[in-house]
Amino acid sequence: MERIPILQMGEFLLVTIQVDMHDRLAMTLQDDLTNRISQVKARGVLIDISALEIVDSFIGRILGNIAKMAQVLDAQTVVVGMQPAVAITLVELGLSLTGIRTALNVEKGMALLTSTFNQDGTAIELSVLPRERADLYGET
Amino acid sequence: MGSTSKIPEILQHHEAELLSAWLQEITATSNRRGLLKEVELREECREFLSLFREAVRQNSTSTSDIQGIAWQEMRNLLTAISRSRSQKGFSPSETASFVFSFKQPLFEQLQRELAQDGQALVDNIWMATHLLDKLGLFTTEIYQKTREEVIRRQQEELMELSTPVVKLWDGVLALPIIGTLDSARTQVVMESLLQKIVETGSEVAIIDITGVPTVDTLTAQHLLKTITAARLMGADCIISGIRPQIAQTIVYLGVDLANVITKSSLADAFALALQRVGLKIVQRTQP
Amino acid sequence: MERPEVMSIQSSADVVLVRQAVRQCAVDLKFSLVDQTKLVTAASELARNTLDYGGGGTVTIETVDTGDRRGVRLTFADQGPGIPNLELALKDGYTTGGGLGMGLSGTKRLVNEFDIVSKVGEGTVVTIIKWK
Repeated sequence: MERIPILQMGEFLLVTIQVDMHDRLAMTLQDDLTNRISQVKARGVLIDISALEIVDSFIGRILGNIAKMAQVLDAQTVVVGMQPAVAITLVELGLSLTGIRTALNVEKGMALLTSTFNQDGTAIELSVLPRERADLYGET
Repeated sequence: MGSTSKIPEILQHHEAELLSAWLQEITATSNRRGLLKEVELREECREFLSLFREAVRQNSTSTSDIQGIAWQEMRNLLTAISRSRSQKGFSPSETASFVFSFKQPLFEQLQRELAQDGQALVDNIWMATHLLDKLGLFTTEIYQKTREEVIRRQQEELMELSTPVVKLWDGVLALPIIGTLDSARTQVVMESLLQKIVETGSEVAIIDITGVPTVDTLTAQHLLKTITAARLMGADCIISGIRPQIAQTIVYLGVDLANVITKSSLADAFALALQRVGLKIVQRTQP
Repeated sequence: MERPEVMSIQSSADVVLVRQAVRQCAVDLKFSLVDQTKLVTAASELARNTLDYGGGGTVTIETVDTGDRRGVRLTFADQGPGIPNLELALKDGYTTGGGLGMGLSGTKRLVNEFDIVSKVGEGTVVTIIKWK
Protein backbone atom coordinates (compact mmCIF):
# COMPACT_ATOMS: atom_id res chain seq x y z
CA MET A 1 0.00 0.00 0.00
CA GLU A 2 1.08 3.53 -0.85
CA ARG A 3 2.63 5.43 2.09
CA ILE A 4 4.23 8.78 2.74
CA PRO A 5 7.75 8.30 4.19
CA ILE A 6 8.54 9.68 7.65
CA LEU A 7 12.18 10.61 8.29
CA GLN A 8 13.71 10.75 11.74
CA MET A 9 16.23 13.52 12.51
CA GLY A 10 17.37 13.27 16.10
CA GLU A 11 14.35 13.90 18.28
CA PHE A 12 12.34 15.35 15.37
CA LEU A 13 10.31 13.68 12.65
CA LEU A 14 10.15 15.12 9.14
CA VAL A 15 7.40 14.43 6.63
CA THR A 16 7.54 15.86 3.12
CA ILE A 17 4.24 15.59 1.30
CA GLN A 18 4.94 15.49 -2.41
CA VAL A 19 1.95 13.76 -3.90
CA ASP A 20 -1.61 14.88 -4.48
CA MET A 21 -2.96 12.94 -1.50
CA HIS A 22 -6.24 11.14 -1.67
CA ASP A 23 -8.18 11.01 1.56
CA ARG A 24 -7.21 7.49 2.60
CA LEU A 25 -3.52 8.26 2.15
CA ALA A 26 -3.93 11.28 4.44
CA MET A 27 -5.62 9.11 7.07
CA THR A 28 -2.78 6.58 6.82
CA LEU A 29 -0.27 9.39 7.34
CA GLN A 30 -2.13 10.46 10.47
CA ASP A 31 -1.97 6.90 11.86
CA ASP A 32 1.67 6.32 10.91
CA LEU A 33 2.78 9.63 12.33
CA THR A 34 1.12 9.20 15.73
CA ASN A 35 2.55 5.67 15.98
CA ARG A 36 6.05 6.89 15.12
CA ILE A 37 5.91 9.78 17.61
CA SER A 38 5.08 7.34 20.37
CA GLN A 39 7.63 4.72 19.20
CA VAL A 40 10.65 7.00 18.98
CA LYS A 41 9.47 9.47 21.63
CA ALA A 42 9.80 12.33 19.17
CA ARG A 43 9.58 15.86 20.58
CA GLY A 44 8.83 17.66 17.35
CA VAL A 45 7.18 17.03 13.97
CA LEU A 46 7.86 19.01 10.82
CA ILE A 47 5.37 18.66 7.99
CA ASP A 48 6.69 20.16 4.75
CA ILE A 49 3.80 21.01 2.41
CA SER A 50 5.74 23.23 -0.02
CA ALA A 51 4.95 20.82 -2.87
CA LEU A 52 1.22 20.72 -2.13
CA GLU A 53 -0.83 22.56 -4.74
CA ILE A 54 -3.99 22.68 -2.69
CA VAL A 55 -5.06 22.23 0.90
CA ASP A 56 -8.79 21.67 1.21
CA SER A 57 -10.86 21.33 4.38
CA PHE A 58 -10.12 17.63 4.64
CA ILE A 59 -6.33 18.00 4.49
CA GLY A 60 -6.70 21.01 6.80
CA ARG A 61 -8.54 18.81 9.28
CA ILE A 62 -5.88 16.07 9.06
CA LEU A 63 -3.12 18.64 9.73
CA GLY A 64 -5.06 19.96 12.72
CA ASN A 65 -5.64 16.43 14.04
CA ILE A 66 -1.96 15.56 13.72
CA ALA A 67 -1.01 18.68 15.66
CA LYS A 68 -3.50 17.89 18.44
CA MET A 69 -2.56 14.22 18.67
CA ALA A 70 1.13 15.10 18.73
CA GLN A 71 0.45 17.59 21.51
CA VAL A 72 -1.19 14.87 23.56
CA LEU A 73 1.92 12.74 22.98
CA ASP A 74 4.11 15.68 24.10
CA ALA A 75 5.43 16.63 20.67
CA GLN A 76 5.20 20.02 18.87
CA THR A 77 4.08 20.21 15.25
CA VAL A 78 5.17 22.83 12.74
CA VAL A 79 3.70 23.00 9.23
CA VAL A 80 6.23 24.53 6.84
CA GLY A 81 6.37 25.87 3.30
CA MET A 82 2.73 26.63 2.51
CA GLN A 83 2.51 28.29 -0.93
CA PRO A 84 0.98 31.80 -1.17
CA ALA A 85 -1.85 30.68 -3.48
CA VAL A 86 -2.71 27.88 -1.07
CA ALA A 87 -2.69 30.26 1.91
CA ILE A 88 -4.94 32.79 0.14
CA THR A 89 -7.37 30.02 -0.82
CA LEU A 90 -7.48 28.60 2.70
CA VAL A 91 -8.25 32.01 4.17
CA GLU A 92 -11.01 32.57 1.60
CA LEU A 93 -12.40 29.12 2.40
CA GLY A 94 -12.60 30.23 6.03
CA LEU A 95 -9.86 28.05 7.48
CA SER A 96 -7.12 29.69 9.52
CA LEU A 97 -5.79 26.42 11.01
CA THR A 98 -5.84 27.91 14.49
CA GLY A 99 -3.46 26.15 16.82
CA ILE A 100 -1.09 24.98 14.13
CA ARG A 101 2.36 26.55 14.15
CA THR A 102 3.88 27.51 10.85
CA ALA A 103 7.27 28.40 9.39
CA LEU A 104 8.47 29.51 5.96
CA ASN A 105 10.71 26.49 5.31
CA VAL A 106 12.17 23.37 6.92
CA GLU A 107 15.21 25.23 8.22
CA LYS A 108 13.14 27.91 9.95
CA GLY A 109 10.73 25.27 11.20
CA MET A 110 13.59 23.36 12.73
CA ALA A 111 14.89 26.55 14.36
CA LEU A 112 11.40 27.22 15.73
CA LEU A 113 11.19 23.75 17.29
CA THR A 114 14.70 23.99 18.74
CA SER A 115 14.01 27.39 20.24
CA THR A 116 10.76 26.14 21.75
CA PHE A 117 12.70 23.50 23.60
CA ASN A 118 15.37 25.97 24.64
CA GLN A 119 12.57 28.01 26.18
CA ASP A 120 13.90 31.29 24.89
CA GLY A 121 10.47 32.44 24.06
CA THR A 122 10.73 33.28 20.36
CA ALA A 123 8.18 30.70 19.24
CA ILE A 124 5.05 32.00 17.54
CA GLU A 125 1.78 30.31 18.03
CA LEU A 126 -1.10 31.30 15.85
CA SER A 127 -3.68 31.20 18.58
CA VAL A 128 -1.94 33.17 21.34
CA LEU A 129 -3.80 36.08 22.85
CA PRO A 130 -2.68 39.61 22.08
CA ARG A 131 -1.38 40.30 25.54
CA GLU A 132 0.72 37.16 25.50
CA ARG A 133 1.97 38.16 22.10
CA ALA A 134 3.08 41.49 23.44
CA ASP A 135 4.91 39.68 26.22
CA LEU A 136 6.64 37.51 23.68
CA TYR A 137 7.94 40.59 21.96
CA GLY A 138 9.16 42.05 25.20
CA GLU A 139 6.54 44.81 25.21
CA THR A 140 4.40 45.70 28.16
CA MET B 1 -34.00 48.59 -54.87
CA GLY B 2 -30.51 47.24 -54.27
CA SER B 3 -30.21 45.73 -57.71
CA THR B 4 -30.80 49.08 -59.30
CA SER B 5 -27.96 50.61 -57.34
CA LYS B 6 -25.94 53.00 -59.43
CA ILE B 7 -23.37 53.56 -56.74
CA PRO B 8 -20.65 51.12 -57.86
CA GLU B 9 -20.89 52.44 -61.39
CA ILE B 10 -20.73 56.06 -60.31
CA LEU B 11 -17.82 55.36 -58.01
CA GLN B 12 -16.00 53.67 -60.85
CA HIS B 13 -16.52 56.41 -63.43
CA HIS B 14 -16.11 59.47 -61.26
CA GLU B 15 -13.50 58.31 -58.79
CA ALA B 16 -11.12 61.23 -59.36
CA GLU B 17 -13.84 63.90 -59.05
CA LEU B 18 -15.35 62.34 -55.96
CA LEU B 19 -11.97 62.04 -54.36
CA SER B 20 -11.03 65.66 -54.82
CA ALA B 21 -14.49 66.91 -53.77
CA TRP B 22 -14.32 64.74 -50.66
CA LEU B 23 -10.81 65.87 -49.77
CA GLN B 24 -11.93 69.46 -50.15
CA GLU B 25 -14.87 68.79 -47.87
CA ILE B 26 -12.63 67.21 -45.21
CA THR B 27 -10.09 70.00 -45.31
CA ALA B 28 -12.80 72.65 -45.18
CA THR B 29 -14.52 71.22 -42.10
CA SER B 30 -11.46 70.11 -40.19
CA ASN B 31 -9.36 72.39 -38.05
CA ARG B 32 -6.80 69.67 -37.46
CA ARG B 33 -4.97 69.93 -40.72
CA GLY B 34 -1.60 69.89 -39.03
CA LEU B 35 -2.20 66.48 -37.52
CA LEU B 36 -2.66 64.64 -40.78
CA LYS B 37 -0.44 64.56 -43.80
CA GLU B 38 -2.21 65.38 -47.05
CA VAL B 39 -0.70 62.34 -48.75
CA GLU B 40 -1.85 59.98 -46.03
CA LEU B 41 -5.35 61.40 -46.07
CA ARG B 42 -5.58 61.08 -49.85
CA GLU B 43 -4.42 57.47 -49.63
CA GLU B 44 -7.01 56.70 -46.92
CA CYS B 45 -9.81 58.28 -48.97
CA ARG B 46 -8.75 56.47 -52.13
CA GLU B 47 -8.70 53.13 -50.35
CA PHE B 48 -12.08 53.83 -48.73
CA LEU B 49 -13.58 54.60 -52.14
CA SER B 50 -12.35 51.42 -53.75
CA LEU B 51 -13.38 49.22 -50.83
CA PHE B 52 -16.78 50.91 -50.66
CA ARG B 53 -17.35 50.30 -54.36
CA GLU B 54 -16.26 46.68 -54.08
CA ALA B 55 -18.43 45.99 -51.02
CA VAL B 56 -21.55 47.58 -52.50
CA ARG B 57 -21.05 45.72 -55.75
CA GLN B 58 -20.62 42.33 -54.02
CA ASN B 59 -23.46 42.94 -51.68
CA SER B 60 -25.83 44.77 -53.97
CA THR B 61 -28.95 42.99 -52.76
CA SER B 62 -28.43 43.54 -49.05
CA THR B 63 -27.54 47.05 -48.00
CA SER B 64 -27.92 46.95 -44.28
CA ASP B 65 -25.34 44.56 -42.93
CA ILE B 66 -21.85 45.98 -42.61
CA GLN B 67 -20.86 43.07 -40.36
CA GLY B 68 -20.93 40.71 -43.35
CA ILE B 69 -17.96 39.17 -45.09
CA ALA B 70 -18.12 41.66 -48.00
CA TRP B 71 -17.33 44.49 -45.59
CA GLN B 72 -14.43 42.73 -43.88
CA GLU B 73 -11.72 44.75 -45.64
CA MET B 74 -13.62 47.99 -45.07
CA ARG B 75 -13.93 47.24 -41.37
CA ASN B 76 -10.18 46.57 -41.21
CA LEU B 77 -9.43 49.88 -42.90
CA LEU B 78 -11.76 51.85 -40.61
CA THR B 79 -10.36 50.07 -37.56
CA ALA B 80 -6.85 51.15 -38.53
CA ILE B 81 -8.00 54.71 -39.25
CA SER B 82 -9.93 55.03 -35.97
CA ARG B 83 -7.03 53.70 -33.95
CA SER B 84 -4.51 56.07 -35.47
CA ARG B 85 -6.92 59.06 -35.15
CA SER B 86 -7.54 58.20 -31.49
CA GLN B 87 -3.81 58.00 -30.80
CA LYS B 88 -3.18 61.29 -32.60
CA GLY B 89 -5.69 63.05 -30.36
CA PHE B 90 -8.72 63.48 -32.64
CA SER B 91 -12.12 63.63 -30.98
CA PRO B 92 -14.65 60.86 -31.68
CA SER B 93 -16.81 63.15 -33.82
CA GLU B 94 -13.85 64.32 -35.85
CA THR B 95 -12.99 60.67 -36.45
CA ALA B 96 -16.51 59.82 -37.57
CA SER B 97 -16.59 62.95 -39.80
CA PHE B 98 -14.09 61.23 -42.05
CA VAL B 99 -16.90 58.93 -43.15
CA PHE B 100 -19.81 61.39 -42.90
CA SER B 101 -18.07 64.03 -44.99
CA PHE B 102 -18.23 61.68 -47.95
CA LYS B 103 -22.00 62.08 -48.05
CA GLN B 104 -22.07 65.49 -49.69
CA PRO B 105 -19.80 64.74 -52.68
CA LEU B 106 -21.50 61.37 -53.23
CA PHE B 107 -25.04 62.80 -53.07
CA GLU B 108 -24.16 65.61 -55.42
CA GLN B 109 -22.77 63.13 -57.89
CA LEU B 110 -25.85 60.90 -57.55
CA GLN B 111 -28.06 63.92 -58.16
CA ARG B 112 -26.21 64.76 -61.36
CA GLU B 113 -26.40 61.19 -62.62
CA LEU B 114 -29.97 60.40 -61.66
CA ALA B 115 -31.65 63.77 -62.16
CA GLN B 116 -34.12 62.15 -64.59
CA ASP B 117 -35.21 59.32 -62.31
CA GLY B 118 -36.55 60.62 -59.00
CA GLN B 119 -37.31 57.21 -57.55
CA ALA B 120 -33.84 55.81 -58.29
CA LEU B 121 -32.27 58.95 -56.81
CA VAL B 122 -34.16 58.57 -53.55
CA ASP B 123 -33.41 54.86 -53.40
CA ASN B 124 -29.70 55.35 -53.98
CA ILE B 125 -29.36 58.23 -51.55
CA TRP B 126 -31.24 56.26 -48.95
CA MET B 127 -28.96 53.29 -49.42
CA ALA B 128 -25.80 55.39 -49.32
CA THR B 129 -26.80 57.33 -46.24
CA HIS B 130 -27.77 54.11 -44.50
CA LEU B 131 -24.39 52.54 -45.17
CA LEU B 132 -22.32 55.62 -44.42
CA ASP B 133 -24.15 56.13 -41.11
CA LYS B 134 -23.33 52.58 -40.07
CA LEU B 135 -19.71 52.93 -41.12
CA GLY B 136 -19.43 56.23 -39.26
CA LEU B 137 -20.85 54.71 -36.11
CA PHE B 138 -18.48 51.81 -36.53
CA THR B 139 -15.49 54.18 -36.40
CA THR B 140 -16.87 55.69 -33.19
CA GLU B 141 -17.20 52.27 -31.66
CA ILE B 142 -13.61 51.35 -32.53
CA TYR B 143 -12.44 54.75 -31.27
CA GLN B 144 -14.15 54.04 -27.94
CA LYS B 145 -12.67 50.56 -27.71
CA THR B 146 -9.18 51.90 -28.38
CA ARG B 147 -9.60 54.40 -25.57
CA GLU B 148 -10.89 51.73 -23.21
CA GLU B 149 -7.88 49.55 -23.95
CA VAL B 150 -5.59 52.46 -23.10
CA ILE B 151 -7.41 53.06 -19.82
CA ARG B 152 -7.30 49.39 -18.91
CA ARG B 153 -3.58 49.18 -19.64
CA GLN B 154 -2.89 52.29 -17.58
CA GLN B 155 -4.93 50.90 -14.70
CA GLU B 156 -2.89 47.70 -14.75
CA GLU B 157 0.37 49.61 -14.86
CA LEU B 158 -0.75 51.86 -12.05
CA MET B 159 -1.73 48.83 -10.00
CA GLU B 160 1.73 47.30 -10.42
CA LEU B 161 3.51 50.57 -9.72
CA SER B 162 1.43 51.32 -6.67
CA THR B 163 2.24 48.17 -4.74
CA PRO B 164 5.98 47.94 -4.26
CA VAL B 165 7.18 45.47 -1.67
CA VAL B 166 10.53 46.64 -0.30
CA LYS B 167 13.11 44.84 1.76
CA LEU B 168 14.10 46.84 4.85
CA TRP B 169 16.51 44.30 6.28
CA ASP B 170 17.31 40.63 5.97
CA GLY B 171 14.07 38.97 7.00
CA VAL B 172 12.05 42.21 7.16
CA LEU B 173 9.76 43.39 4.35
CA ALA B 174 7.70 46.56 4.12
CA LEU B 175 4.62 47.30 2.04
CA PRO B 176 3.78 50.99 2.00
CA ILE B 177 0.23 51.36 0.72
CA ILE B 178 -0.76 54.70 -0.80
CA GLY B 179 -4.29 55.53 -1.93
CA THR B 180 -7.61 53.79 -1.59
CA LEU B 181 -7.63 50.03 -1.20
CA ASP B 182 -10.34 48.41 -3.24
CA SER B 183 -11.01 44.73 -3.66
CA ALA B 184 -9.03 44.24 -6.88
CA ARG B 185 -6.05 46.21 -5.65
CA THR B 186 -5.96 44.42 -2.32
CA GLN B 187 -5.77 41.12 -4.13
CA VAL B 188 -2.74 42.30 -6.10
CA VAL B 189 -1.16 43.70 -2.93
CA MET B 190 -1.83 40.49 -1.05
CA GLU B 191 -0.36 38.28 -3.74
CA SER B 192 2.77 40.33 -4.29
CA LEU B 193 3.45 40.56 -0.55
CA LEU B 194 3.03 36.83 0.02
CA GLN B 195 5.12 36.01 -3.03
CA LYS B 196 7.90 38.27 -1.82
CA ILE B 197 7.78 36.67 1.64
CA VAL B 198 8.49 33.28 0.05
CA GLU B 199 11.20 34.63 -2.27
CA THR B 200 13.12 36.42 0.46
CA GLY B 201 12.34 34.06 3.34
CA SER B 202 11.22 37.03 5.43
CA GLU B 203 9.59 36.32 8.75
CA VAL B 204 8.22 39.80 9.35
CA ALA B 205 6.32 42.09 7.00
CA ILE B 206 5.27 45.64 7.86
CA ILE B 207 2.12 46.92 6.16
CA ASP B 208 2.23 50.71 6.39
CA ILE B 209 -1.11 52.40 5.76
CA THR B 210 -0.06 56.02 6.44
CA GLY B 211 -1.07 56.84 2.86
CA VAL B 212 -4.49 55.23 3.01
CA PRO B 213 -7.18 57.93 3.43
CA THR B 214 -10.03 55.77 4.66
CA VAL B 215 -10.69 52.21 5.63
CA ASP B 216 -14.03 50.50 5.20
CA THR B 217 -15.15 47.10 6.41
CA LEU B 218 -14.12 45.39 3.17
CA THR B 219 -10.63 46.90 3.20
CA ALA B 220 -10.14 45.97 6.82
CA GLN B 221 -11.25 42.44 6.10
CA HIS B 222 -8.86 42.23 3.16
CA LEU B 223 -6.02 43.35 5.39
CA LEU B 224 -6.95 40.75 7.97
CA LYS B 225 -7.04 38.07 5.29
CA THR B 226 -3.57 39.05 4.11
CA ILE B 227 -2.27 38.82 7.65
CA THR B 228 -3.91 35.44 8.22
CA ALA B 229 -2.52 34.09 4.94
CA ALA B 230 0.98 35.31 5.87
CA ARG B 231 0.67 33.54 9.21
CA LEU B 232 -0.33 30.31 7.51
CA MET B 233 2.92 30.56 5.56
CA GLY B 234 4.94 31.22 8.70
CA ALA B 235 5.39 35.00 8.61
CA ASP B 236 4.08 37.75 10.89
CA CYS B 237 2.63 41.07 9.80
CA ILE B 238 2.71 44.39 11.64
CA ILE B 239 0.36 47.19 10.63
CA SER B 240 1.75 50.68 11.05
CA GLY B 241 0.58 54.21 10.36
CA ILE B 242 -3.03 53.86 11.44
CA ARG B 243 -4.47 57.39 11.62
CA PRO B 244 -6.73 58.38 14.50
CA GLN B 245 -9.80 58.63 12.21
CA ILE B 246 -9.08 55.16 10.86
CA ALA B 247 -8.70 53.78 14.39
CA GLN B 248 -12.14 55.23 15.16
CA THR B 249 -13.67 53.80 12.00
CA ILE B 250 -12.22 50.37 12.72
CA VAL B 251 -13.79 50.31 16.16
CA TYR B 252 -17.15 51.64 14.93
CA LEU B 253 -17.21 49.06 12.15
CA GLY B 254 -16.61 46.34 14.70
CA VAL B 255 -13.55 44.97 12.89
CA ASP B 256 -11.56 42.76 15.23
CA LEU B 257 -7.88 43.69 15.10
CA ALA B 258 -7.16 42.11 18.48
CA ASN B 259 -4.86 39.46 17.06
CA VAL B 260 -2.96 41.91 14.88
CA ILE B 261 0.13 43.78 15.98
CA THR B 262 -0.26 47.49 15.30
CA LYS B 263 2.27 50.30 15.67
CA SER B 264 1.69 54.00 15.22
CA SER B 265 4.66 54.69 12.94
CA LEU B 266 6.74 52.78 10.44
CA ALA B 267 9.82 53.48 12.62
CA ASP B 268 8.24 51.81 15.66
CA ALA B 269 7.16 48.88 13.53
CA PHE B 270 10.68 48.54 12.12
CA ALA B 271 12.23 48.54 15.60
CA LEU B 272 9.80 45.81 16.64
CA ALA B 273 10.51 43.82 13.48
CA LEU B 274 14.26 43.95 14.09
CA GLN B 275 13.73 42.79 17.64
CA ARG B 276 11.63 39.98 16.26
CA VAL B 277 14.45 38.73 14.00
CA GLY B 278 16.93 39.10 16.86
CA LEU B 279 18.51 42.45 16.05
CA LYS B 280 18.73 45.79 17.83
CA ILE B 281 19.67 49.32 16.80
CA VAL B 282 22.11 50.95 19.24
CA GLN B 283 23.78 54.35 19.45
CA ARG B 284 27.36 54.20 18.21
CA THR B 285 29.81 54.82 21.04
CA GLN B 286 32.23 57.72 20.47
CA PRO B 287 35.80 56.52 19.81
CA MET C 1 -8.70 17.44 -23.97
CA GLU C 2 -12.31 16.90 -25.03
CA ARG C 3 -14.83 19.10 -23.23
CA PRO C 4 -17.39 18.90 -21.79
CA GLU C 5 -15.82 16.03 -19.95
CA VAL C 6 -17.88 13.84 -17.65
CA MET C 7 -16.07 12.04 -14.84
CA SER C 8 -17.39 9.55 -12.36
CA ILE C 9 -16.82 10.05 -8.62
CA GLN C 10 -16.96 6.72 -6.82
CA SER C 11 -13.83 6.65 -4.67
CA SER C 12 -11.36 8.98 -3.02
CA ALA C 13 -8.92 8.24 -5.86
CA ASP C 14 -11.54 9.67 -8.26
CA VAL C 15 -11.52 12.91 -6.23
CA VAL C 16 -7.80 13.20 -6.99
CA LEU C 17 -8.47 12.63 -10.71
CA VAL C 18 -11.21 15.30 -10.68
CA ARG C 19 -8.76 17.78 -9.10
CA GLN C 20 -6.20 17.04 -11.81
CA ALA C 21 -8.71 17.39 -14.66
CA VAL C 22 -10.05 20.68 -13.26
CA ARG C 23 -6.49 21.98 -12.83
CA GLN C 24 -5.75 21.12 -16.48
CA CYS C 25 -8.87 22.97 -17.60
CA ALA C 26 -7.93 26.07 -15.57
CA VAL C 27 -4.38 25.96 -16.96
CA ASP C 28 -5.73 25.71 -20.52
CA LEU C 29 -7.75 28.88 -19.93
CA LYS C 30 -4.65 30.58 -18.50
CA PHE C 31 -6.14 31.23 -15.05
CA SER C 32 -3.78 32.91 -12.56
CA LEU C 33 -2.20 30.56 -10.02
CA VAL C 34 -4.43 31.87 -7.24
CA ASP C 35 -7.58 31.39 -9.31
CA GLN C 36 -6.45 27.90 -10.34
CA THR C 37 -5.91 27.01 -6.70
CA LYS C 38 -9.30 28.41 -5.66
CA LEU C 39 -11.13 26.50 -8.40
CA VAL C 40 -9.33 23.21 -7.74
CA THR C 41 -9.95 23.54 -4.00
CA ALA C 42 -13.66 24.20 -4.63
CA ALA C 43 -13.79 21.17 -6.94
CA SER C 44 -12.12 19.04 -4.27
CA GLU C 45 -14.65 20.10 -1.63
CA LEU C 46 -17.65 19.44 -3.87
CA ALA C 47 -16.30 16.14 -5.23
CA ARG C 48 -15.85 14.93 -1.67
CA ASN C 49 -19.41 16.00 -0.80
CA THR C 50 -20.70 14.08 -3.82
CA LEU C 51 -18.80 11.03 -2.64
CA ASP C 52 -19.49 11.23 1.10
CA TYR C 53 -23.07 12.57 1.24
CA GLY C 54 -24.37 11.76 -2.23
CA GLY C 55 -23.01 8.21 -2.26
CA GLY C 56 -21.06 8.94 -5.45
CA GLY C 57 -22.04 10.65 -8.67
CA THR C 58 -20.56 12.54 -11.59
CA VAL C 59 -18.92 15.84 -12.42
CA THR C 60 -19.15 17.62 -15.76
CA ILE C 61 -16.22 19.89 -16.59
CA GLU C 62 -16.79 22.45 -19.33
CA THR C 63 -15.54 25.81 -20.50
CA VAL C 64 -17.96 28.70 -20.95
CA ASP C 65 -17.42 31.59 -23.32
CA THR C 66 -19.83 34.53 -23.32
CA GLY C 67 -17.80 36.53 -25.82
CA ASP C 68 -16.40 39.04 -23.36
CA ARG C 69 -15.30 36.58 -20.69
CA ARG C 70 -14.35 32.95 -20.36
CA GLY C 71 -14.59 30.58 -17.46
CA VAL C 72 -14.92 27.02 -16.21
CA ARG C 73 -18.24 25.47 -15.23
CA LEU C 74 -18.37 22.41 -13.01
CA THR C 75 -21.58 20.50 -12.38
CA PHE C 76 -21.62 17.92 -9.58
CA ALA C 77 -24.60 15.58 -9.58
CA ASP C 78 -25.59 12.72 -7.33
CA GLN C 79 -28.68 10.59 -6.66
CA GLY C 80 -28.17 10.60 -2.91
CA PRO C 81 -30.54 11.45 -0.06
CA GLY C 82 -30.58 15.20 -0.87
CA ILE C 83 -30.31 18.09 1.56
CA PRO C 84 -33.45 18.74 3.66
CA ASN C 85 -32.54 22.27 4.75
CA LEU C 86 -30.48 24.09 2.11
CA GLU C 87 -30.42 27.39 3.95
CA LEU C 88 -28.87 25.74 6.98
CA ALA C 89 -26.37 23.78 4.87
CA LEU C 90 -25.15 27.03 3.32
CA LYS C 91 -24.44 28.66 6.68
CA ASP C 92 -20.87 29.20 7.80
CA GLY C 93 -19.85 26.55 10.29
CA TYR C 94 -22.58 24.07 9.43
CA THR C 95 -21.48 20.47 9.03
CA THR C 96 -22.78 16.97 9.45
CA GLY C 97 -19.69 15.07 8.40
CA GLY C 98 -17.30 16.11 11.15
CA GLY C 99 -15.32 18.32 8.80
CA LEU C 100 -14.38 21.87 9.61
CA GLY C 101 -17.82 23.12 8.72
CA MET C 102 -16.67 25.19 5.79
CA GLY C 103 -17.96 22.85 3.07
CA LEU C 104 -20.60 24.71 1.10
CA SER C 105 -20.36 28.27 2.39
CA GLY C 106 -16.56 28.30 2.09
CA THR C 107 -16.69 26.78 -1.37
CA LYS C 108 -19.13 29.47 -2.45
CA ARG C 109 -16.56 32.16 -1.60
CA LEU C 110 -13.94 30.52 -3.84
CA VAL C 111 -15.95 30.83 -7.05
CA ASN C 112 -17.95 33.52 -8.88
CA GLU C 113 -21.22 31.69 -9.31
CA PHE C 114 -22.72 29.01 -7.13
CA ASP C 115 -26.02 27.25 -7.58
CA ILE C 116 -27.46 24.30 -5.71
CA VAL C 117 -30.61 22.30 -6.35
CA SER C 118 -31.50 19.50 -3.99
CA LYS C 119 -34.54 17.25 -3.60
CA VAL C 120 -34.91 14.98 -0.61
CA GLY C 121 -34.77 11.38 -1.79
CA GLU C 122 -33.72 12.31 -5.32
CA GLY C 123 -30.30 13.88 -5.12
CA THR C 124 -28.31 17.08 -5.35
CA VAL C 125 -26.86 19.10 -8.24
CA VAL C 126 -24.27 21.79 -7.51
CA THR C 127 -23.11 24.07 -10.33
CA ILE C 128 -20.21 26.49 -9.98
CA ILE C 129 -18.56 28.91 -12.41
CA LYS C 130 -15.20 30.58 -12.03
CA TRP C 131 -14.59 33.41 -14.51
CA LYS C 132 -11.13 34.27 -15.67
